[in-house]
Amino acid sequence: MPGSGNPAPFDGTGARTRFRPGAHITGLLAFAAGMGLLPFALPNEYYLTVLIVAGFYSILVIGLNLLMGYAGQVSLGHAAFYGISAYTTGILTGTYHWPVPAGIAAGLLLVTGVAYLIGVPTLKLRGHYLAMGTLGFGIIVFIVFNEATSVTGGPSGFSGIPKLSVGGKVFSSDREYYYVVWGTVFLLFALAQNLVRSRMGRALRAIHTSETAAAVLGVDTGRYKTFVFVLSAFYAAVAGALYAHYVTFVSPGSFGFHTSVLLVTMVVLGGMASLWGAVLGALFLTFLPEALRAIENLDILIYGAILILCMMYLPGGLVEGALKGWEALLSLTRRGRGAAADGGGVAR
Amino acid sequence: MTAASAFLQYVISGATVGSTYGLAALGFTVIFNTTEIINFAQGEFVMLGGILAVFALQWGGIPLPVAVPLAVLGVTAIGVLVDRLTIRPVRGRSPITLIIITIGVSILLRGGAMLLFGKDTFSLPSFSPGGPIHLGGATLLPQSLWVGVITLLTVLAMKFFFERTLSGKAMLACACDRKAASLMGIHVDSMVTLSFAFSALVGALGGVILAPITLTSYDVGILLGLKGFAACILGGLGNPFGAVVGGVILGILESLGAGLISSGYKDAVAFVILLGLLFLRPQGLLGASSSERV
Repeated sequence: MPGSGNPAPFDGTGARTRFRPGAHITGLLAFAAGMGLLPFALPNEYYLTVLIVAGFYSILVIGLNLLMGYAGQVSLGHAAFYGISAYTTGILTGTYHWPVPAGIAAGLLLVTGVAYLIGVPTLKLRGHYLAMGTLGFGIIVFIVFNEATSVTGGPSGFSGIPKLSVGGKVFSSDREYYYVVWGTVFLLFALAQNLVRSRMGRALRAIHTSETAAAVLGVDTGRYKTFVFVLSAFYAAVAGALYAHYVTFVSPGSFGFHTSVLLVTMVVLGGMASLWGAVLGALFLTFLPEALRAIENLDILIYGAILILCMMYLPGGLVEGALKGWEALLSLTRRGRGAAADGGGVAR
Repeated sequence: MTAASAFLQYVISGATVGSTYGLAALGFTVIFNTTEIINFAQGEFVMLGGILAVFALQWGGIPLPVAVPLAVLGVTAIGVLVDRLTIRPVRGRSPITLIIITIGVSILLRGGAMLLFGKDTFSLPSFSPGGPIHLGGATLLPQSLWVGVITLLTVLAMKFFFERTLSGKAMLACACDRKAASLMGIHVDSMVTLSFAFSALVGALGGVILAPITLTSYDVGILLGLKGFAACILGGLGNPFGAVVGGVILGILESLGAGLISSGYKDAVAFVILLGLLFLRPQGLLGASSSERV
């Protein structure tokens, strides 16, 4: 059967395990330093705003990448989790004047619970019930955001959400918020990296390669898949809460199918099962529309093309593609040099 | 209108729309059975059926009786292209790869339709003239009769194909066991292409017969596809006739939900049913076998 010889298509893990043990910590520190210093190198405040948005997407995409890259499942409803969290904390703090941390906590709890309820039945089944289940869920949530006008403000959105404040400290400037968002990205990245390197991560990769084999070896596949799904929804909820208290306004359009597709595209472009790729994919696709204003209507076409072409020709995404290209170039030049030397020998 | 006639009206309009869900579901089933892929572009085939017919009529000036089959055949050709260009090159790769590719295809088809035809909504004239027929206090559009007859004929044709022709049996054999089928000399790749052609064909048929009743636009495919999938689950995934029955049941439930509860939440009915079924009875109402596939 053609499928059985599947050479573990998406994991760059083979390469990663060759690295020395401390490499991931060095990488994290370089990442923290780079993102920490970046605001000082920006030409204007506008880029800071775009980077904050890229931070929301990074959090979402790291979470979704755990699900797609490590559990081999697609969620087409991640924008809904993002939205539920944003609306929950927005409404509780805006309408009911809850303190911001309490509103955020309520949003995170609600999303975690809902994700668990969806994950348990759909992940028990083989095939791609989760993808369809989450797609349907995303659409229901979108309908509710639009229709429950008295609570959510309906299609015109919900405004008057307070800025992020923790114990009297209000994060109102973009620069402060940048550090809050990218600090969170950093923490959640480190958490995901630890998870992937743990026993859990190995079990998940085993599930991705062959669910049957993993089950035979004693991996409780249903439980692991549900855990990762709920965790990825939790990441989306964190991003949603940060979004609501930054923009201070939420409307259904930000949390529809289009956003869910954008997130999947970011994962695929960055490379499934690559956490660095997740951040890279998020940054790249946040900046692309900013750089090319003309493509406003074309962006969805571009996402479609990226999904198809990446899956066909670049299953490891940008990072792995770049690494492979680099290696190919190296071996080519080496071979070229070798051939030149041989040629010289013959001539003599 | 009395309660009974209102009820009858909901059932009639629900069954009409549900026929399209059923045909979309049939399309899902045909591809799932030969490839085990859930084709996320199924809804776009339905959308394209309606919208291509509108444009053959309006731009091409082609008369309706020619424009409709032309649109259906056009979408069938697109179905074949989808398989040849995007599915065949990656055959045998992991399911997540194939799923993401079909998601990409669906986005491309929808985006392409948006660019070519714009964001307007279009309507197609009814297949035959004549006013609505009154029936026990409810009204029946002549187009609903067309929908019913074409759906029934399609189902019968599919039944004949799968049970009485060699190609049909070969496709069923691929569904049972691809490896064994290929050892028996069945060209599995051709069967997969054929399944994409069929799936596009029945999807487009579903779209074109519904277009005169509900308007069509570039973005109707997502919802129609999802409802088609819900209909599949309702009828038991993999069972073609269950799929069509599931579609009709879903259409009626949705219409009742819209009429009796709230029209704003009409589209949510299908997904509540889908999620509910996945919880309680993933093998479907009509399915008996376990949906667990190893």
